[in-house]
Amino acid sequence: MPDQLLFAAEVSINGLMTGVMYALVALGFVLIYKASGIFNYAQGVMALFAAMTLVGIQEGRVPFAHLINSITGAHVSTVGFEIPAILAILLTVAVMVGFAWLVQKVVFKHLVGQEPIILFMATIGLAYFLEGVSDLMWGSEIRTLDVGLPQGINDAIDQGTFNAFGYGFFIDNLDIAAAIIAAILVAVLIAFSQYTKQGRAMRAVADDHQAALSVGISLNYVWVLVWSLAGIVALVAGIMWGSKSGVQFSLSLIALKALPVLMLGGFTSIPGAIVGGLIIGVGEALFEFAVGPLIGGATENWFAYVLALAFLVFRPQGLFGERIIERV
Amino acid sequence: MKTLATIAAAGMIAAGPALADLVIPDLHYRTGPYAAGGIPFSDGYQDYFTLLNERDGGIGGERIEIVTCETGYDTERGVECYESTKGQGSLLYQPLSTGITYQLIPRATADGIPLHTMGYGRTSAANGDVFEWVFNYPANYWDAASVFVNFILEENGGSLEGQTVALLYHNSAYGREPIRTLELLSEQYGFNLIQLPVDHPGQEQGNQWLQIRRERPDYVVMWGWGVMNQVAVQEAVNIRFPMDHFYGNWWAGAEHDVMPAGEGANGYRALNMTRLGDLPVFDEIQTVVLDAGLGAGEGNNLGSVLYTRGMYAAMLAAEAIRTAQEIHGTAQVTPAMVRDGMEALEITDARMAELGMEGIGPEFSVSCTDHGGAGMGIVQEWNAAEQQWVTLSDFIESDASVIDPLIAEDSEAFAAENGIEPRC
Repeated sequence: MPDQLLFAAEVSINGLMTGVMYALVALGFVLIYKASGIFNYAQGVMALFAAMTLVGIQEGRVPFAHLINSITGAHVSTVGFEIPAILAILLTVAVMVGFAWLVQKVVFKHLVGQEPIILFMATIGLAYFLEGVSDLMWGSEIRTLDVGLPQGINDAIDQGTFNAFGYGFFIDNLDIAAAIIAAILVAVLIAFSQYTKQGRAMRAVADDHQAALSVGISLNYVWVLVWSLAGIVALVAGIMWGSKSGVQFSLSLIALKALPVLMLGGFTSIPGAIVGGLIIGVGEALFEFAVGPLIGGATENWFAYVLALAFLVFRPQGLFGERIIERV
Repeated sequence: MKTLATIAAAGMIAAGPALADLVIPDLHYRTGPYAAGGIPFSDGYQDYFTLLNERDGGIGGERIEIVTCETGYDTERGVECYESTKGQGSLLYQPLSTGITYQLIPRATADGIPLHTMGYGRTSAANGDVFEWVFNYPANYWDAASVFVNFILEENGGSLEGQTVALLYHNSAYGREPIRTLELLSEQYGFNLIQLPVDHPGQEQGNQWLQIRRERPDYVVMWGWGVMNQVAVQEAVNIRFPMDHFYGNWWAGAEHDVMPAGEGANGYRALNMTRLGDLPVFDEIQTVVLDAGLGAGEGNNLGSVLYTRGMYAAMLAAEAIRTAQEIHGTAQVTPAMVRDGMEALEITDARMAELGMEGIGPEFSVSCTDHGGAGMGIVQEWNAAEQQWVTLSDFIESDASVIDPLIAEDSEAFAAENGIEPRC
């Protein structure tokens, strides 16, 4: 096989893996939009907050230590012992569920029936608030995240492809782990929404708020549930991206990578988020590989949006989105 | 009305520093994606001035008033910070951002307030003949590129013929700064230069590192900042790139750049404009500032790479103010006097030792034509087991025969564009 073809194949596979990472972020957006019609601008910051909380708990840090020290003159920073990763993850899930309850109770409960743009603006406010709380709670330093996920080149694939083609492919073990976790996550989410009472209630609310209310489904309960699920998805995305770069403020910017995925896959489809992520991932990687060197490189950021825009022209609802027909 | 006037007057007194104070603004960034780098620098910057206040009663008997403003490393906010603080009698600005620097050059020049952009900003500002109010001593980006090449030249017995160097850079004005210098040096020394831009913020670099893995350059040199650095180090570990052939510039060589990658980052190298190590001044800061609860931060950054650099920047500012006081025979200096002090600044080994910072930087002097200083840097290597940087070299000179013509060319073009007459 010619070298360029081999390189293109390697780039494509890595692009697919990156696409899975994008899809992990996009999933959180889809869950909330599907159930409540809210485009949650704060999803990226939720990933940051979840990852910061996880590392903070794992390292046994005292939340709001800086604030406590400033007010009381004390010098607290840690509780003196570390907490195992699994327990820290469970505690973080509890924090994200608590956060979902608070968001619903304090913000969205009072905005039922408001225009989508008002709800969107509320999530912008929420994003900035959460950014500040995250900073105040855990500080701005970069934290190293270690929950036991493998990282680095996969030797079996490297060796296997070298034996077959004379060129070893690079695949990051973390990307493989992300793909497996994303597959499990999607399967669990689909099973949850199809086969559980709560899942059916979620789907009912997604289809028609008024009709769901009329058969006794609590809108509040379902929205808390959906925000909790989005919080858990944000935690998974935060773990994956945080393992690559350390847990730091930039994690909140990964939401920017989810937008073209949503435009392409549709805002209301879980499989759409996955397929959209894969198309964006592989599309931008191949474009950078083939065209990037001719035009100065660094094409990934804008090309993802161009690709999504091209899809929008022909299919405004995205690949898997629901077609909206308004009769006038 | 009288009550209102009293309240307004009281507010003005409370909001601004006392008129006799030496006002030093700190345009820091303690929030946002670049806070991890901004916090230690600002801590070092502020703690040194606090030390001077507490230990010496300020500079020349005048206390220093630090005025802080959060830029978030955002250029627009940086300009707002400048505009909102310049009226308080600010003596000089160090914005710690190339983007903000470019915006402040015309403003500060028009307002007559000196700018000090140590190791960043507009490189050709080293030409004081054109840039009267801007200083970038002790070294600039082009010096850094040249120092890196000189170091690997020595490692390779004086020849880089046929070797390949990949420049991995932040796709911004900052990241693109060394390209021209490296292109010239590649022609001069016969090495092949590959350019790999990374878009802001730099979280996704998979393609760039696949290309590095394919093309197997002999060296990778990085012009990064923020999350780009941590991701690049991790990606290098992932593809098993030899870390002792991976160099960062001096904005890609802090502790937090390498620690997330753990053991794998061992051997990563970076430039630095200051030497590391136990300096007597750290003990003084610990006892006089931090133990007294007067630190700008939590005190956990003391002695780190960027804390040391922030402290060094504060020392250079303090020495310029001291020089200005001597030149003009007054303790209450103005921004224009501080500019004169900066232009007459002389940093000697004896003075650094006297300040408890022996060998922290190279000796250098500033003049009307030369605002760039010594143009030297050291190379340091990360020891992951010890969790510390190890100094590999003495201060290495940059290649003036390459840098000076570039500075002249760029600054003369700026002078022609803006109708500036050479003044020295």
